[in-house]
Amino acid sequence: MSKPEPLKSPDTAIMAAPPATLLEIKNLTTYFRSSHGLVRAVDGVSFDLNRGKTLGIVGESGSGKTVLARSIMGLLPKAGLERDGSILFEGDELINLGPKSMRPYWGAQMAMIFQDPMTSLNPVMKIGNQISESIREHLDVTKQYAKELAEQLLISVRIPEAAQRLDEYPHQLSGGMRQRVCIAVALACGPKLLFADEPTTALDVTVQAQILDLMAIAQRERFMAMILITHDLGVVAGRTDEIVVMYAGRIVERAKTETLFSHMKMPYTEALLQSIPRVDQASHVRLATIPGRPPDLINPPAGCKFAPRCNYAQDRCLQEEPPLREASPGHEYRCWFPVDTPEGADALARNRERGTTASGLIFNPPTPALANKQKS
Amino acid sequence: MDDLRPDAIPESSGSTSQQIVGESIERGFLGSSSEIALAAVETGPEGEASRKKLSIGAWLAIGWMGFIILIAVLAKTGIFTWGDPNESFVSCARRGPFSQEGTAANFILGCDSNGRDMLARLALGTWTSLYVAVGAILVGFSIGGLLGIISGYFGGKTDTFLTGLFNILLSVPGVVLALALVAFLQGSAETASKSSISPEVILIIAIGIVGIPLVGRIARASALSWTQREFVLAARSQGAKHRRVIIKEILPNVLPAILSISLLGIAIAIVAEGTLAILGVGVRPPTPSWGNIIAADRGNLFTSPHIVFEASLMIFLTVLSLNMLGDVVRARFDVREGLL
Repeated sequence: MSKPEPLKSPDTAIMAAPPATLLEIKNLTTYFRSSHGLVRAVDGVSFDLNRGKTLGIVGESGSGKTVLARSIMGLLPKAGLERDGSILFEGDELINLGPKSMRPYWGAQMAMIFQDPMTSLNPVMKIGNQISESIREHLDVTKQYAKELAEQLLISVRIPEAAQRLDEYPHQLSGGMRQRVCIAVALACGPKLLFADEPTTALDVTVQAQILDLMAIAQRERFMAMILITHDLGVVAGRTDEIVVMYAGRIVERAKTETLFSHMKMPYTEALLQSIPRVDQASHVRLATIPGRPPDLINPPAGCKFAPRCNYAQDRCLQEEPPLREASPGHEYRCWFPVDTPEGADALARNRERGTTASGLIFNPPTPALANKQKS
Repeated sequence: MDDLRPDAIPESSGSTSQQIVGESIERGFLGSSSEIALAAVETGPEGEASRKKLSIGAWLAIGWMGFIILIAVLAKTGIFTWGDPNESFVSCARRGPFSQEGTAANFILGCDSNGRDMLARLALGTWTSLYVAVGAILVGFSIGGLLGIISGYFGGKTDTFLTGLFNILLSVPGVVLALALVAFLQGSAETASKSSISPEVILIIAIGIVGIPLVGRIARASALSWTQREFVLAARSQGAKHRRVIIKEILPNVLPAILSISLLGIAIAIVAEGTLAILGVGVRPPTPSWGNIIAADRGNLFTSPHIVFEASLMIFLTVLSLNMLGDVVRARFDVREGLL
């Protein structure tokens, strides 16, 4: 049997399906050096994402969502940046790669859709060129073929008269159409992972759902994983498999979407959900808000970062930062007095009695009736 | 939601507002009203902007520039001449309109102090002056524009270094810098080889170097603001190289700004050429230029004012025209930015 057998092993290679995990983030930190001190924009974030799945990242503005996405993609400006931890993409470590080594990933493996379609297209370049540009950068194809591909992409994002649009400039399109073009650009080279950084925030409410549906269709067709960043829990509710809630650069709760909405543990998640206006509310009910502002990322408070704004806050919250604890497999949260537990109920009752929370915040939770309704 | 079904793509003829209408209204509704939709597009803001009329002043400026370019080319190539610019008619010296010496019979614009035909000299001088000014601005435009864009795009240490360089160049008065450069270049050209560089080329290099920081700073400021735009990040997130981003994304957006400043720059360079001529380092006689015509006969300003006056008038009208054209260019491209 000294003869080489070239056809012996390929079946094992074909049978072995690629590992389900596409992206594995471990303890990712992203700090910016500034004249005032170190800004801890992303502080020890870990999560996994499987192929074809959707992860929602939710949080207020300034909670580090966008920086997290750009940090994973390696798109942040180098000056004053301190980035640590581990980013495994299909098993390859990306954290130490410079822009040159990242280039094969950008567009071809992972792509990004930006918030404002008004500014994320080049005003002086024809739409066809903007799409075919990255096709020609990554794939070795002729100009004619790239153009045909661009037209197919425009058709796939449901842009009417695609052939004619190729020769138009961005200002000739409406906002929704421009975001469709941005999606086409991002999909051009068939990425395995798509970041959507508040893709509908700058759009009319009437087109928001269309764009989100379109992205879901594209995702299904291509078996592409997606990270959907938003501040709106309503946007991620029916469209994600898992949700990460971020606050002050940290994950404060992470769970499967259904689990998060039915069994939330973190008071911050609860507060976010309560601040969504509800159709079944009386029409003149005051809108629920979260008092205060997100903390200073240079000198964050000592204990739990959310304690100063939390209705559950006790003395312990101000002194010790809670670790990320597991409520059930795949459901983590960061709180000493979680929602819907005896400790949480105790804390809430104590604060109600006292009239203020441990941080001195006036105790003023949304009406209990409303809170009960949400849980049912 | 209608247009999410692939079969619901409206078959409109591609005009923006029509397609928006097509998105919201049922297709059959729109069917026969395509003319109305087209009319709506033609009166839309974009349509108006691209058909914006030029003012009479702008047309005059364009006309004047076309006229002098024509004269310059004709005089240089010799297709049509107004006589020999170097032939001297002693009897006509210093004669001309408004001259105390009286008018010169055969020369409409009179003669200079050597009795040479002013018309012929101004025509050839137009060539020299434009050649030097445009050449200098091309040097400043290409080098300054490139450095400025690089400075604004990369930022950081590159920016600090290049901005410092621009500031050093700007801190020396332009005329002094140009004088020094001309002296240096002429000296080195003469020692280096017998076949020295022509004085025009030396002037082009000297004035061009003075122009580098002017164009460079404008280009830097413009590139800086465009670099912050999301589409640059979007291009990078698609894997575009720096060179590609600069050429395809930044340059086309910065071009209007540096084009407009360059039109003004030609005007400045024409005046600079005249200034250097008066200081004695301009184009060497007998080659005429607007600057050295003024320089040679500024002593006769009171007796034969027509010599200086005619050359000055050429400079004045040209500089005025270029300023107006620079404004037109800027206004044109501001419209497009406003549409964003």
